[in-house]
Amino acid sequence: MSDTQHFVEIRHARKNYGYIEVLKDISLNVERGQIVAIIGPSGSGKSTLLRAINDLDPLTEGEVWLDGVQVNKKLPHRQYEKHINQMREHVGMVFQHFNLFPHLTVRENVTMAPKLLKGISNEDANKLAEEQLAHVGLLDRIDYYPSRLSGGQKQRCAIARALAMKPKLMLFDEATSALDPELVEEVNLVMKKLAEEHMTMIIVTHEMDFAASVCDRVLFMDQGYVVEEGPPEVVFKNPKEERTRAFLRKHLGGAK
Amino acid sequence: MLDFELMWRIYPYFLQAAWVTVQLSILTTILGLACGSLGAAARLSRHWYLRMIGATYVSLFRGTPALIQLFLLYFGGPQVGIQLDAFEAGVIGLGVNIGAYMTETMRGSIIAIDKGQTEAARTLGLSRFQAFRKVVLPQALRLMIRPLGVNINALIKGTALVAAISVVELTYTAQRYIGSTYKPFEMFLLSGLLYMVIIYIVGKGITYLDRKVRLT
Ligand SMILES: Nc1ncnc2c1ncn2[C@@H]1O[C@H](COP(=O)(O)OP(=O)(O)OP(=O)(O)O)[C@@H](O)[C@H]1O
Ligand SMILES: [Mg+2]
Repeated sequence: MSDTQHFVEIRHARKNYGYIEVLKDISLNVERGQIVAIIGPSGSGKSTLLRAINDLDPLTEGEVWLDGVQVNKKLPHRQYEKHINQMREHVGMVFQHFNLFPHLTVRENVTMAPKLLKGISNEDANKLAEEQLAHVGLLDRIDYYPSRLSGGQKQRCAIARALAMKPKLMLFDEATSALDPELVEEVNLVMKKLAEEHMTMIIVTHEMDFAASVCDRVLFMDQGYVVEEGPPEVVFKNPKEERTRAFLRKHLGGAK
Repeated sequence: MLDFELMWRIYPYFLQAAWVTVQLSILTTILGLACGSLGAAARLSRHWYLRMIGATYVSLFRGTPALIQLFLLYFGGPQVGIQLDAFEAGVIGLGVNIGAYMTETMRGSIIAIDKGQTEAARTLGLSRFQAFRKVVLPQALRLMIRPLGVNINALIKGTALVAAISVVELTYTAQRYIGSTYKPFEMFLLSGLLYMVIIYIVGKGITYLDRKVRLT
């Protein structure tokens, strides 16, 4: 059972909140280096699915595998905590509302986890922070507190913070939805750069143009199902399902 | 008219009593913070029985008069083998009492920290405890300074209660000198002024601390 052919594998995922079924038997494979976009109307279960991958919202049923290891293994509490913390080190996550640590500087935001979990020296931590912040174009703000950053800068800092753990997989949950329109592009550029570096990414987004331009594959979700999936050219230009067409019609600016 | 001459003559004794009030306040604050931390930890625990203990502690000690708690400890204590002098009983009684209020203050500040903070920390691989210590607690501590200041303010005034078990602090001293001077107005005025000075200084300290660590 333990040998998986796929880098990320979700098998028959189900999620219930009380009587409400939010994810209904979803299976999904993602290969190393692939970039997958998840689109769909509000409440369709996109975030829930994404957050199941690092067990932030545990599945009710089903399995999540990453690089040959089951993420949501059944283990006694203590062992499970240890296991999941280790798994999460390999999975970076970026949130809609950034969730930067306001009591830490940009540098400390980036270095806190590597210092704590990998025990790297101060010197190495500083090098790491500089390297990661240069990568997202934020080196000049290294000693700022988050409150003094713009939305776009905050999100770039959050990306650098995630990358500092050297993750194998990055999850983005509407990374640009809380940003002013003029700040969206700077974050998209950072994500494009990651794409060019062959980072494996799963991206929940409302930006159809962005999804079309960087993703290898698009998943359309509705009411807890994956209604349609395929390459962006097909899903955006030639959707098979009526529900996908209806959704895309409503989201103007969708792929032309 | 007020007998200022008497007040001038007698105030050194009141200063001594004020020092007792200060000692009471400091020790009570320390004990209260300790009880509050334990209480908050219990109330936020993963285990239902600890949460229950925490909730019971809070409702017992906030749900009855502090004076009754003091009497129970000081006068009732010996009956169940607890022998304390008045000062000790005062500190323990008031400390455990204010600890129940501080439990709620601390818990409130901790749960006021956005859940996204814990999520972000856990996502990086931090354990529940690490996320609490490195991310939630430093923010919650900043948030709780002012409300804890309110608790401490109440506690300082609350030390007057221990006059009822004859601890020679400000309130008791005022009562004692009324017996020999027959000047209740002057005596209570004197002790009131000294309470005010203590509370003013502590209030300034809290404000300073709050400003110093405030984010943004
Ligand atoms: N903690 C929760 N308790 C109960 N129901 C929840 C909870 N979290 C999410 N849900 C429900 O699950 C469904 C899916 O939510 P989810 O956040 O995954 O949707 P989404 O596709 O990400 O939507 P959006 O585009 O608005 O972010 C929704 O109907 C939501 O109301
Ligand atoms: Mg969502």
